[in-house]
Amino acid sequence: MKTSIKASLKTGLLAAACTMAGTLALTAQEAAFDNPGPEAYANALEGRRVVLIPMTMGFDLAQGWNYFIGEEVRQFGGIWETRDPNWSVDAGAQAITDLIASADKPDVIIVQSPDLNSYSRLYRRAQEAGIFVIQLDNPSNYASDVFAGSNWQTLGELETQAVIDHCGEDSSKKIGVIQGDQVNSSSVDQWAGVQAVLERNPGWTVAGTGDSNWDPTTARNVAATILQQNPDICGIVDFWDATAQGTAAAVRDAGLQDQVFIATTGSGETIDCKLLENGTFGAVVMSELPRQSQDTVAAIKLLLQSGAAPGDASMYLYTAERARTAADLTPTTCWDQAAIEARAAD
Amino acid sequence: MTTTQRLRPRATQEGIVLLMALLLFAGFTVTLDGFLSAANLLNIVRSVSVLGVLAAGMAIVVIGRGIDLSMISIMVVTVAIQLQVMHGGWSTGAAMALAVAIALGLGAMNGYMVAYAGVSALFATLASGAFIFGFVRSQILRQDSITLPDDATTLLALGSARVLGLPLDVLAFAFVVVLGWAALRWTRQGRFLYLMGDNFQAARTTGIPVRPLIVVSFMASAVLAWAAGLTSAISLQSVNTRIVNSTLLYDVILVVVIGGIGLSGGKGGMRNVVVGAFLIGVLLNGMTILNLPNIHQNLIRSVILLAAIILDGQLNPRDEQTSQQGDI
Repeated sequence: MKTSIKASLKTGLLAAACTMAGTLALTAQEAAFDNPGPEAYANALEGRRVVLIPMTMGFDLAQGWNYFIGEEVRQFGGIWETRDPNWSVDAGAQAITDLIASADKPDVIIVQSPDLNSYSRLYRRAQEAGIFVIQLDNPSNYASDVFAGSNWQTLGELETQAVIDHCGEDSSKKIGVIQGDQVNSSSVDQWAGVQAVLERNPGWTVAGTGDSNWDPTTARNVAATILQQNPDICGIVDFWDATAQGTAAAVRDAGLQDQVFIATTGSGETIDCKLLENGTFGAVVMSELPRQSQDTVAAIKLLLQSGAAPGDASMYLYTAERARTAADLTPTTCWDQAAIEARAAD
Repeated sequence: MTTTQRLRPRATQEGIVLLMALLLFAGFTVTLDGFLSAANLLNIVRSVSVLGVLAAGMAIVVIGRGIDLSMISIMVVTVAIQLQVMHGGWSTGAAMALAVAIALGLGAMNGYMVAYAGVSALFATLASGAFIFGFVRSQILRQDSITLPDDATTLLALGSARVLGLPLDVLAFAFVVVLGWAALRWTRQGRFLYLMGDNFQAARTTGIPVRPLIVVSFMASAVLAWAAGLTSAISLQSVNTRIVNSTLLYDVILVVVIGGIGLSGGKGGMRNVVVGAFLIGVLLNGMTILNLPNIHQNLIRSVILLAAIILDGQLNPRDEQTSQQGDI
C-alpha cells in the first residue's frame, strides 16, 4: 500500500515535471512536437557496417557506387568499407567468407555477383549469420534480400528497339549483335531481349553475331567480319560500352559510320555522353548509376529499420532506364568519374 | 634405316600446320560465302596482327630457350602509362619515349633475373608480370580503361591512315617480321641466340656473351609488347588493362608453339610466327562467320594447341641433351 502511494506520487511528480518542461519547450519553439523520426533513424543506422564487394574496384561502376552509396552511409553515421577482388571470383568469395567469419560482422553486404551461381551458397550463409545481402547490378539465381540494378533483358530490348527506330522500315532490316560471353546473365538476358524485340518486329533479322568475351579487340575483329559478310546491316547491338568501342573501330575502318548505328549499354559515365556526342555510338542504354546507387541506399535504410531478419523477404529494385541518343543529352545526363575523384581527394 | 629416314621428306611441324591452315582455308573458301573476298583476307591478317607482333617478341625469347610470361603485363602497363601522361599534358613524343624507356627497363629487369640471378625464366616472368601489373595498376593508374586523348591528333590520324590499303596494325606486323627475320638471320647476336638456345653450356664455353644476350632478348620482347599495345590502342582509341586477365598470353604461346618454334629453344624463326598466326587467323575468322559461341571457339583452339604440343613432342623428341638441361 505504502509503495503504491509512493509510486503514484512519483508518477504524478514526473508527469507534472514533464508537462512543465513540455509547456516551456512549446513556448520556446512551437513546432517541436515529439518527432520520433530522427532518433529512430539514428538508432537503426548509426554505427552500422556496410561493405561493398564489386567485381573490381578498378572500373567506373565501382568507383561510382563507392562515391554515391558511401557518401550516404557515412552521413547517417555508418561505417563504409569496400573490398577489391580485382576480377577474381575466388578473391571475392574469400572476401565474403572473411566478412561472415569476422568478429565484427557487417550489417549489410552489397555484392556485384560475377555470375549466376558462384556466390549463391555464400549469400545464404551470410544471411544465416545475420547479414543483409544486397545484390547490385548483376543478378544471380539466389534471391537475396534485395536486388538493385538493371533488368538486363529490358536493356537488350531497349538497345534493339533503338536500332529499329533509327533504321526504319525502309532499311535492310538486318542487325548485327556483339554478345558478351553467352554465359553470364548480363549477356544471356540481353540476348533474350534482342530476341523478344525481333519477335515483335517481323522481317527484322540478326544477320551476324559473335562474342566479344568482354574484350574490345575481339569485338573489333568479330564486328569487322560481320560487316564484311553483311555490308548492308544498318545497326549493331553491342552488349557493353567498353567492347562497343572496338565495334565502333571496325565500323570506322569499314567507312560505314554514316550507315551503321551502334546501340550499347553503359554506366552513364561522361565517356558515354562523349561518344554519343561525337557520333561513335548511336544510342546508349544507361544503367543510371546515380539512381541505381540511390535505390541501394534506400534499401540499406529500409532493411536496417525494418526489424526484419535477413532472408525474411526478397525484393527487387529495377532502375528505370531508357535508350539515350545525342538528341536528348543534357549537361547532367552523365556523371563524371574524374569530378568524383577530385572531390574524394579534397 | 638411317638413309631411308634421310631420303623421306621430313614432316616438320611448320609444314603440317601450314597444310592444316591451307586445308581450313580451302574448306572455308568453298563453304562460306565471302570468305575469299579481299576485304575478308585483310580481316584475317588484321585480326592476328597484334597477336603476331607479340608472338614475334615471344619467339625471340623462346629461341634463346626462355619464355616471357610478363609480355601482356608490360604491354598494358607501358601503353596505359603513355596515355595517362598524355592526358596529363605530355607531348606524344615525350610520352612515347617514357613508355619505351619503361619497357626497356622492365625487359632488362626480367633479363637480369634470368641471366644473372639464375631464376628460371618461367618463374621470373610469371612473378614479374604479376608484380608489374599489380604495382602500376594500384599505384599509378586510376582506371581499367584509358582512352586516347582527343588532342593526340598524330596517333588518331595513324589509326585511320592506310598505306597501300593496309592499316597500321598489319604494317606493324609486317615490319616486325621483316626486322625480326633480318636480326635473327643476319646479325651476329641473332646467330648467337640460336646457338645459345640450342646448347647453353656449349655456347658459353665458346665465349658467346650469353648473359648480355639473354638480357637483350627480354628487352626486345618487352619493346615489342609495347609496340603491339600501342598499335592496338591506336586502332581502338583506348587501352583496356583488363586484357591482362584474358587468354591473350596463351594465344601468343599458341602461335609460337603451333608455328613450330619448339619450347626447347634454338629452333624456328619469324616464318613460323607467320604460319602460326595464319592458322589462328583463318580459324578465328571462319568460326566467327559461322557464328560459333566463344566457349566452342575456345574448345577448338585448345584442342589444336594440344595436338600441336603432342606433335611437337613426336617430331622433336627429347634428346639426351634436352633431358640433361631440362626444358625452359
